[in-house]
Amino acid sequence: MSTRLANGGRLLNKGRALEFTFNGKRMTGVEGDTLASALLANDQMMVGRSFKYHRPRGIVASGGEEPNALVGLGENGKFEPNQRVTTTELFDGLTCASQNHWPSLEFDVGAINSKLSRFLPAGFYYKMFIHPRPLWKHVYEPFIRQSAGLGKAPRDRDEDSYEHFYAFYDVVVVGGGVAGLQAAKAAGQAGAKVLVMEQTPHWGGRAPVDGGEVDGLSVDRFVEQSVSELHAMENVTLRTRMMGAAVYDHGYVMGYERVNDHQPDAKGPRHRLWRIRAGQIVTATGAIERPLSFAGNDIPGVMLASAVRDYAVDYGVSVGDRTVVVTNNDDAYRTAITLKNLGLEVPVIVDARPSGGGPLAGEAVALGIRVENGKGIAKVKGGKRVEGVEICTQAGEGAALETIKCEAVAMSGGWSPVVHLWSHCGGKLLWDDENVMFRPDGDKAPTGAEGERFVIPAGSADGCLDLASVLDNADAAGKAAAQATGHTPGKGAAPQAQPETMTPIQAVWMMPQGASYKLRMKAWLDYQNDVKVSDIQLAAREGFESVEHAKRYTTLGMATDQGKLSNINGLAILSDALSQGIPQTGTTTFRPPYTPISMSSIAGEARNETFQPIRKTPMHSWHEANGAHWEPVGAWRRPYCFQKPGESVHDAVNREIKQTRDSLGLLDASTLGKIIVKGPDAGKFMDMLYTNMMSTLKPGRCRYGLMCNENGFLMDDGVVARLDEDTFLCHTTTGGADNIHGHMEEWLQTEWWDWKVYTANVTEQFAQVGVVGPKSRKVLQKLTDDDISNDALTFMGWTEITLKGGLPARVFRISFAGELSFELAVPASHGRALWDMLMQAGAEFGVTPYGTEAMHVMRAEKGFIMIGDETDGTVIPQDLGMDWAISKKKEDYLGKRAQQRSHMTDPTRWKLVGLETLDGSTLPDGAYATADGTNANGQRNVQGRVTSTYHSPTLGRGIAMGLVLNGPDRMGDVLDFPKVDGTVIKAKIVDPVFYDKNGEKQNV
Amino acid sequence: MSEAVSALKGASFDGFVTVKDTGLHGMITLRGDLASDAVKAAVQDATGAPVPGQREVSGADGNWVAWMSPDELLLIVAYDAAPQIEADLRKALSGSHHLVANVSDARAVFRLSGSATGLREAIAKLCPVDMTPGAFGPGQFRRTRMAQIPAALWMPTDDSLHVICFRSVADYAFNLLKGAAAPGSEVGLFS
Repeated sequence: MSTRLANGGRLLNKGRALEFTFNGKRMTGVEGDTLASALLANDQMMVGRSFKYHRPRGIVASGGEEPNALVGLGENGKFEPNQRVTTTELFDGLTCASQNHWPSLEFDVGAINSKLSRFLPAGFYYKMFIHPRPLWKHVYEPFIRQSAGLGKAPRDRDEDSYEHFYAFYDVVVVGGGVAGLQAAKAAGQAGAKVLVMEQTPHWGGRAPVDGGEVDGLSVDRFVEQSVSELHAMENVTLRTRMMGAAVYDHGYVMGYERVNDHQPDAKGPRHRLWRIRAGQIVTATGAIERPLSFAGNDIPGVMLASAVRDYAVDYGVSVGDRTVVVTNNDDAYRTAITLKNLGLEVPVIVDARPSGGGPLAGEAVALGIRVENGKGIAKVKGGKRVEGVEICTQAGEGAALETIKCEAVAMSGGWSPVVHLWSHCGGKLLWDDENVMFRPDGDKAPTGAEGERFVIPAGSADGCLDLASVLDNADAAGKAAAQATGHTPGKGAAPQAQPETMTPIQAVWMMPQGASYKLRMKAWLDYQNDVKVSDIQLAAREGFESVEHAKRYTTLGMATDQGKLSNINGLAILSDALSQGIPQTGTTTFRPPYTPISMSSIAGEARNETFQPIRKTPMHSWHEANGAHWEPVGAWRRPYCFQKPGESVHDAVNREIKQTRDSLGLLDASTLGKIIVKGPDAGKFMDMLYTNMMSTLKPGRCRYGLMCNENGFLMDDGVVARLDEDTFLCHTTTGGADNIHGHMEEWLQTEWWDWKVYTANVTEQFAQVGVVGPKSRKVLQKLTDDDISNDALTFMGWTEITLKGGLPARVFRISFAGELSFELAVPASHGRALWDMLMQAGAEFGVTPYGTEAMHVMRAEKGFIMIGDETDGTVIPQDLGMDWAISKKKEDYLGKRAQQRSHMTDPTRWKLVGLETLDGSTLPDGAYATADGTNANGQRNVQGRVTSTYHSPTLGRGIAMGLVLNGPDRMGDVLDFPKVDGTVIKAKIVDPVFYDKNGEKQNV
Repeated sequence: MSEAVSALKGASFDGFVTVKDTGLHGMITLRGDLASDAVKAAVQDATGAPVPGQREVSGADGNWVAWMSPDELLLIVAYDAAPQIEADLRKALSGSHHLVANVSDARAVFRLSGSATGLREAIAKLCPVDMTPGAFGPGQFRRTRMAQIPAALWMPTDDSLHVICFRSVADYAFNLLKGAAAPGSEVGLFS
């Protein structure tokens, strides 16, 4: 059983016990524990079930590479699935539950899959569940979904807060092990502004566990000294609990800081996502030990040799009284020596190399440990925990020579440099045959805009495996980074460590080398996705020869750990099956983030009230207090209608229309775009922007205009007012204001840069109110002494007036509803006051505020088009019968050339008409008018579609506009509009102007 | 005349720095040839401050001139003085191609004050600007993005910072700044 040792645990404060629960069971750990070490200290060997076969699984690793030990952490608003226990710091009151088991971890029904594993090989789902088709949706998928998946999605809102942080450094060092610290020191001493981030709470990486001496100091003392030197440098920032998650182009680094994961009740954000611009990035990300592929290598108690050592030294935890060490390299001997020195038993070290190891092996033998060279593990015995191992000859097929009882197996298949960050932005790898690893190819670094490299690997991440070379390499990396960012590095030598003599590693991808199929199908590569040696071999046989194809077919490396332990082993097996070298097979692509980061950290502040900006007019709070039913328009919220208590939306709209047409309505039109165009060439510019002639507009007058893009399609419309000889005020649609301003500036800056025109977007400067209805002049006249009679201010004129009390305002006499109406513009700071004034003055006329829907219905009754309804990016003014708004006199305007192309002048283009249902009902939005016959795809032919459709309370019937083939020539024709329920509405083609065809109402 | 009111009517929040709606400022957009004597003189007369250099702000104490683009300045003056200054500028520049617009009501302005390092941190959570002392400080002006909206920053003094955004998103901006200044969320970077 695994247990806490009496001695050891350099990271622990044994004086402070912490209570926690696992699957409801109360357990105790101590301060400094990770959840992993605390579980092991409580003999919780099994921590979950595997994804596909529901096999019992235990902790394998001691860091971010852990594939098995994922738990659902916390409860309710603090719940998060798939949390790795190895990177979860223990805190008092922690609750967690294992995943992927039913009904319980100990007894799991899904484990039957394991018995059926022969019948569930790679690609099983693809092959099995494809026929018959209908069964997929109703039978297979629900079943597979229920049995698959890891953690459960949270059900409650996340209680925590998250934030981003933007930072800028010359040199960013990722990793706070000896390499990272040394690189930072070298760069910092040269004067570079340096950030060092370390994903764990501790500095030094694994060097303090592995030991050694640097410049005569023990390595842990050296780490302490380096950290305090770095703290003293003003140009160096040190952050722990912060992972280098990603490297992007132009030295953009993502840092994932877990601010409060270890103290969930503390104030402040849970995670902080750093978005960093770095001149140079040093990846001192270390290396990860590889598992060995032998049968039963997934049974709880089989762990990486380095992890067994970490738990013993860092946390004073023994995984078992008897640990068998199995290796193909010298490093794993450290585990045996460590355990033996702690008074634990190491029954045997199984070394796959026929001639065994170097000096470390000698040390082990001297401690009395039995070493078996040229041997391997045939299989691990046990179910929910290790009970023993069968030893065999590595060169053979797995015949058991001996069975050795043990509780733990410490395995080492060699080390893989963590090359992820190096690779994110295109750094290439080379295969190092001697050290059996992929490591960064220094000649093919990620490069910046000038072709310069901006990522430098350091230490083990660059393939250095002993302390002396790690320090040399990292020192050089730090100096190079400083140099590249314009600093002068010192000439001092790197700190010195004693070089180690090692016997070379021997590549071992399968144990034993000739393992039978039965053994191979119990030899796991990818623990988290349950991929075995036999699966990869099957994929190769079935033709999935590319490593990317084999990955997707078998799901190797596709789990949340992204194959940190499995990828190299898997591609070595694939290479072997294809009889090619590992470099020829290559690796899959490393993509950010390095380990999963929380979705909330990505969202940052973008949640709750700050999920997205909502633009509010100066009258917004009045609307809110008076029953506004909101509609998003661009980023604005506009009232769709104002509901009275007990009133339906439909009734409110009808009431607003009726009241406005009968008497008086107010529309908050502040959201309309307002752009000033000024300069000696403003008229010329306006003539290019609009299809109409704008340069002839007189000051004091307004003109409705259309704007097209250079492809001829309608992009915006609105009323232009000429303010003076040099100045125009362009009103745009609400959603179009920013785009149109950008459109204007683009033409001015890139094409007509020599024209003397300036623009300014003054949309937000003004609050604007539409005062609409037969009583509009009366109410306005109550507010001003200026003359606004029909003679003084004619239709399509504007003037400046002073409101009683002295507030200046612009009045535009324009109409979108077809009634007598005025638009009043005042400075936004007075907008609410103007609204209140109008409401008060209008009370005697039964004034109603109205919303966007009443506005839409009233404009449709008048046959006025709406950008976005009648237009969809493929419609030209000619389609809408708006030839009157296209100047024939102008030599050019944006879109003119395009509108002369054959497709644009095609007489069969659908054109705008009004549609009147025969039964008075309202056509569905977007309905199509069908025609005889079917097209090449067997679909009904169509001859038109509805663009706007409403119930008109004024006419008491449904009205619509639509684009119809030869529409204007077919007045009176009846079209069929099928509905989704199969019934058909018949509608007659009519003139699109339904109301006040002669425009008498607006002209009084 | 009705009283002119800012979007948030002087709202304030005390976090690790204080965030306050400063109320209305007079603001005038001036576009023209910034190198011309006419513009230089007109700006000096209107505000008492010279035309600032690229990404800079000139002036002090409520009379500032901010560099917005190679041909655009934002003059920040007293709210009530803006109409007269606008008229004076038009007159002074009548002989040259220019655009002057009173935009005093189009924006919201927040003042962050308190801890000099704190206000830098609060901004660095929201804006992709290097807020390190030395990289940004008094005299500089930065148009940038604050989370999802456009914004501009300047520091009248070492321990105060002003943020401008559009009026319609004043609520959103205030909520952003409140979150960024929430007690306990200090980063501890610039101290």
